[in-house]
Amino acid sequence: MTAQLTSGTAACPGCIAAPVEPARPVPEDVQIALSLPGIHCSACIATVERELSAHPGVDDARVNLTLKRAMVKAKPDLQAADLIPVLERVGFEAHELDPSALSATQANKAGRDLLMRLAVAGFASMNVMLLSVSVWSGATDATRDMFHWISAAIALPAIAFSAQPFFANAWSALRVGRLNMDVPIVLAILLALTTSLWETALSGEHAYFDAALTLTFFLLAGRYLDYRTRAAARSAAEELTALEVPRAIRQVDGVEEEVAVATLNVGDLILVRPGGRMPVDGEIVSGRSELDRSLLTGETLPVFAEAGLTVSAGEVNLTGPLTIRATAVGEDTSLHRMADLVAIAESGRSRYTSLADKAAKLYAPGVHILSALSFLGWYIYSGDIRTALNIAAAVLIITCPCALGLAVPAVTTAASGRLFRKGMLIKHATALERLAEVDTVVFDKTGTLTSGAPELTNLADHAAADLKMALALAQVSSHPLSVALTKAVRLAGVTPTSLQDVVEVPGYGTQGTCDGKQVRLGRAEWTGGRAGDQTAAWLSIEGRAPVAFLFSDSLRPGAAESVQAFRDAGKEAILISGDTQGAVRALAQKLGIENWVAQALPQDKAARVQDLRDQGRHVLMVGDGLNDTAALAAAHVSISPASALDAARVASDIVLLGNDLSPIADACDTAVKATRRIRENFRIATVYNIVAVPLAVVGLATPLIAALAMSTSSITVSLNALRLR
Amino acid sequence: MNVLAYLIPISLLLGGVGLGAFIYTVRTNQYDDPEGDARRILSDEWDDKPKQ
Repeated sequence: MTAQLTSGTAACPGCIAAPVEPARPVPEDVQIALSLPGIHCSACIATVERELSAHPGVDDARVNLTLKRAMVKAKPDLQAADLIPVLERVGFEAHELDPSALSATQANKAGRDLLMRLAVAGFASMNVMLLSVSVWSGATDATRDMFHWISAAIALPAIAFSAQPFFANAWSALRVGRLNMDVPIVLAILLALTTSLWETALSGEHAYFDAALTLTFFLLAGRYLDYRTRAAARSAAEELTALEVPRAIRQVDGVEEEVAVATLNVGDLILVRPGGRMPVDGEIVSGRSELDRSLLTGETLPVFAEAGLTVSAGEVNLTGPLTIRATAVGEDTSLHRMADLVAIAESGRSRYTSLADKAAKLYAPGVHILSALSFLGWYIYSGDIRTALNIAAAVLIITCPCALGLAVPAVTTAASGRLFRKGMLIKHATALERLAEVDTVVFDKTGTLTSGAPELTNLADHAAADLKMALALAQVSSHPLSVALTKAVRLAGVTPTSLQDVVEVPGYGTQGTCDGKQVRLGRAEWTGGRAGDQTAAWLSIEGRAPVAFLFSDSLRPGAAESVQAFRDAGKEAILISGDTQGAVRALAQKLGIENWVAQALPQDKAARVQDLRDQGRHVLMVGDGLNDTAALAAAHVSISPASALDAARVASDIVLLGNDLSPIADACDTAVKATRRIRENFRIATVYNIVAVPLAVVGLATPLIAALAMSTSSITVSLNALRLR
Repeated sequence: MNVLAYLIPISLLLGGVGLGAFIYTVRTNQYDDPEGDARRILSDEWDDKPKQ
């Protein structure tokens, strides 16, 4: 956006006159794009722009509220990771986007092209309508003929330009011997123009130039709305690939360099810092740490990692830095191979026919037959080809699907706009229709119902001295369990004991000495504890039995509410997770979900969803991990949070931008309403046709009646859609 | 009816001006953020002079 703005302003004379900076080899400013799912008002815009601009190194920051994004122009050494905390401090959730992936959306030539055609059709139809009104209100003879000729002079070039998308679509359908919605449209436009020209040449009374133009205008409006929703969907997909910013640190001869993941090769040494995600499949060469595999398998328990262990792309390194040697990169990684499962499952979904397709299938042949019949009937009855052609044109114009063309796009635009304001992106065109049919909701656990961040559960079981000791050890580490422990214990008002020689041992935990005794906080094997199936950190003090600090995953905000809302709406909620029995049971009980499955493999998840489908249920799958992808694709409709892995987001129809889960239940509600509006719109359009078509067939339709029928039906349909907002 | 000789060209011209203005707004990306622009008019910042 900003890049285009600059090129746009450069054309303004004032800027050309301004002294141009002599070209010098300054490092160019970088573009940073941030997704801000939480912004919604002018105060948000002002705060975000002020905070960003105040940050050193930022040259310019501009918020786009429609796309809920901020574009930042900054000095090259500034990273998005520096800006995110700035925004989080003032209360805005922010995610980094890859600006190179976003540029495609900004250069949306197709959208601009459509808008331009829409504008030409709109302005031309206004002018022609002005002339037509004078004809309808009584202009006769030479005046009428002149008005008709001027109308023709405006309408012909305007239609030649603005109706091109319809011509192209109709031609491509006819060439392969099919009929689509555009064939009757093109036929109506061309027939209307031909008969009107003929009539005008013969000083006839009726000309349909205005009808042909308004028809084009309303249909283009529908197309444009449709394009806008689809552009939002496409930009969603881009935004999603953009969420995972593909950079990695490569070590070449001991020197570290930051490179794009796409440029990594097999055999490269890659450094993965604590908190970083494995960019490729590989083998650990050096370092010791713990790995979080929850996105891939759903397990919440971190896995111990040291040299020799095989790692897969997507796993998160928790404590110590790891150097890995790449064994598979890019498309060959296990992450990408999993995505193939999706392709198989996806083919099942394309069978769904949307309401619009169903309507078009009935509509196109019907209109042609009706028009042909009235032509034949009038030709046989009157023997005059001119009258017969005029009536056939009137039938085509009046039945033309203005309202039908607007019925679906107007509703989906209103509905997706409403959901976008709540933080949901609709990626698939028919997602709303499918969402409206849902009767069973399948949830994944880790990362979906839970936030993936641990929470201390047995604070009260520990003696105050132990808590002080644990806090002293935990506060020096950035391991997620230590962070959670520190937070919980601090909140309880505990102050740390002073310890000597505190060190973090990557992969194991933290240790120190207190009064000459060694104390350790960390993994069970290291501290002498007993590993159970619940996430735990053990505190051992020399000469005493170790004690366990137990953790469970904290609930995502809105999880309980949305499960409750689904139950209230009479939909069944099911929990399927790859995690251990104990953890899944605890969560199911907490949320009141009766039907749950633990330790499910990715295939099991997909098979379960398929089973439900075979029982005739319409399944909504909500999941985020790689292990959910196949299930997401197999489900009738699917939702994933923005924190999900690429593959999962690609497989799902709707993406949740914020952290809160509660919009999901709301989305179902909106979808049901939207589908109802679409059906209503079809009914409204049909009623207009039922009234107007007989008039056209018996030859009573004048251009005035055609214009009235067309405009009122299109406007009623759009207004009906707006009720959804 | 002579008045038509003036009025028709004038109406066509005005229509053309409107179209030209619209094309200008499309080309300068003025429809990129309609919601944000609607809200920005409420902000007091840059009230005295435009942002450079």
